[in-house]
Amino acid sequence: MLWIAIRMLTGDAQKFYGLLFGIAFSTLLITQQLTIFVNLIERGASGVFNAPEAEIWVMDPVSRTTDVKYEMPSTALDEVRSVRGVEWAVPHLRAAASVRTSTGDLEGVAIIGVDDATLIGLPRNMLEGDKNVLSRPDSVIIDDVGVTNMFADGTDPIGQRLELNDQRAVIRGVADSIPAFTSQVVLYTKYTNALNYVPGSRNRLSFVLAGVSEGQDAATVAARIEEQTGLKAETRDEFAQAGIDFIIQNTGIPTNFGITVALGFIVGVAIVGLTFSLFIRDNIKQFGALKAIGVTNSKIVRMVGAQALLVGSVGYALGVLGTAGFMYAFSAVPQFKGFYIPWQIPLVSLVAVVLILALTGWLALRSVLNTEPASVFR
Amino acid sequence: MVKPTGEAAIHARGITRDFQAGQSTIRVLHGIDTEIRAGEMTFVVGESGSGKTTLISIMCGILWPTDGEVKVFGNDIYSLSDSDLVNFRLQNIGFIFQQYNLIPSIDVAANAAVPLIAQGMPIDKARARAKVLLDKLNIGDQADKLPNQLSGGQQQRVAIARALVHEPRLVVCDEPTAALDASSGRRVMDLLREVAVAPDRACIIVTHDNRIFDLADRILVLEDGRVTHDGTDMPHDH
Repeated sequence: MLWIAIRMLTGDAQKFYGLLFGIAFSTLLITQQLTIFVNLIERGASGVFNAPEAEIWVMDPVSRTTDVKYEMPSTALDEVRSVRGVEWAVPHLRAAASVRTSTGDLEGVAIIGVDDATLIGLPRNMLEGDKNVLSRPDSVIIDDVGVTNMFADGTDPIGQRLELNDQRAVIRGVADSIPAFTSQVVLYTKYTNALNYVPGSRNRLSFVLAGVSEGQDAATVAARIEEQTGLKAETRDEFAQAGIDFIIQNTGIPTNFGITVALGFIVGVAIVGLTFSLFIRDNIKQFGALKAIGVTNSKIVRMVGAQALLVGSVGYALGVLGTAGFMYAFSAVPQFKGFYIPWQIPLVSLVAVVLILALTGWLALRSVLNTEPASVFR
Repeated sequence: MVKPTGEAAIHARGITRDFQAGQSTIRVLHGIDTEIRAGEMTFVVGESGSGKTTLISIMCGILWPTDGEVKVFGNDIYSLSDSDLVNFRLQNIGFIFQQYNLIPSIDVAANAAVPLIAQGMPIDKARARAKVLLDKLNIGDQADKLPNQLSGGQQQRVAIARALVHEPRLVVCDEPTAALDASSGRRVMDLLREVAVAPDRACIIVTHDNRIFDLADRILVLEDGRVTHDGTDMPHDH
């Protein structure tokens, strides 16, 4: 009977493709929007991910994220270094500045000052040049999003001169970094250079990045730092999560994406529900005849279930493939760089599809199950 | 002409059926007592609203009577559990509907094989058995077509094949000639007599088509929910 059920559905091409479209569209909307949402809010932690060596981030107690921070006195660095279990500690500066390009344009940038000696604080990989270019005078390394934003005409950024706080800066490398939440241009330079590029008050140290000694637990050492210095210390994962939480709590992004995901669900229910109901209504005489002939209600349920399973699995696959295709197509766009589909998201879409089909299938089934076999004689 | 065995295929006693219409209850059948014998082609005739469709629906186990008892080949069908009753219909009863109710998206052979498939027979085997019957009904060459590619008469034959493919002991036909012209109607009835009437099988035909009354072995006339005539011919006043 399941074969008959499938043929009943696929034989009605208009409704079959309508159902597939409904499920695929719904899946695409839910999966794609959730994927963008998750990747976007993860950008709130990009500053942490771009400094892979740091196991502990130490900051003023009022600081919350890599961008929402309060500068500390430079003595904080020595205080952290003195804590037992800290293998190394380096200064890290993060500040906003305006840069004047050679064409006279003004661009808002983020200046990141990394440790002069170890260059800890730089992204792991470079796209152009070498990390050691920072040892040359006035050197800065630009991130790849910055290249796109500032040199959209295809000009080679290497060797380009910039003006930062009346100081000369020369781009000598391109870092392969995770873009910031705002896709702002990021310039990496040595800590001592950064102090010149960014005007500021007496306290300039944004963070102290620390590594833990072998055999030590980062969380324990962080707690010890807090206890001994009175500063705030978070492990890499904690601080990354703090950046994500800040985006969730302080922007309308979750609400906006939530609305779109809900719309995807509602559109799915509407299209699939309507089409499924029409399909059942068109075939109600046939279902009635089957019931009269001797097909049990449980077999009818299995038949409609098989139809829903077929539509659901094909439509879901199309929707997820569509999302993957979208991500692939936009992977070259810097703002979408590094976007991936977390495995939980297709699972969420699958649950949504199951709910859509269960709801619409149940509504459609009710009319079949309530059809009296005797109605075929009327 | 098949010789009737005289065995009672259906034994109905005191069949009453009420329907609710708003606040009022309408009695459609008034305590009908009758028997349908195997080997006979029995016509149930009457005006619209006389209760003939309700009567055969009850006789073939798809509509519960308000009161009364129906035995089909000795089985008190309304004392069976729901699932047993459904299974009883699947094994013992063949239906020919006025609108045919063929499944439009599966081919003729599969349509004819539906009862066998519902019984659990593999599709290929069921189709093969259906094709044998379709050949007998002279539409074997149409087996791979879809129902909408056939004429009304051919679709009727597919419906007949579907009703007989599982060799039921009771065949119930609802207005089999209603959608056909006179000559096509008689051909269908001749065909039904040839393939559906057997010594151990009863065939009930609900009709108000007076062009085919002469083909009946027995005629039950219903008026206002009561059997007013039971004989081999129509009464003269009809």
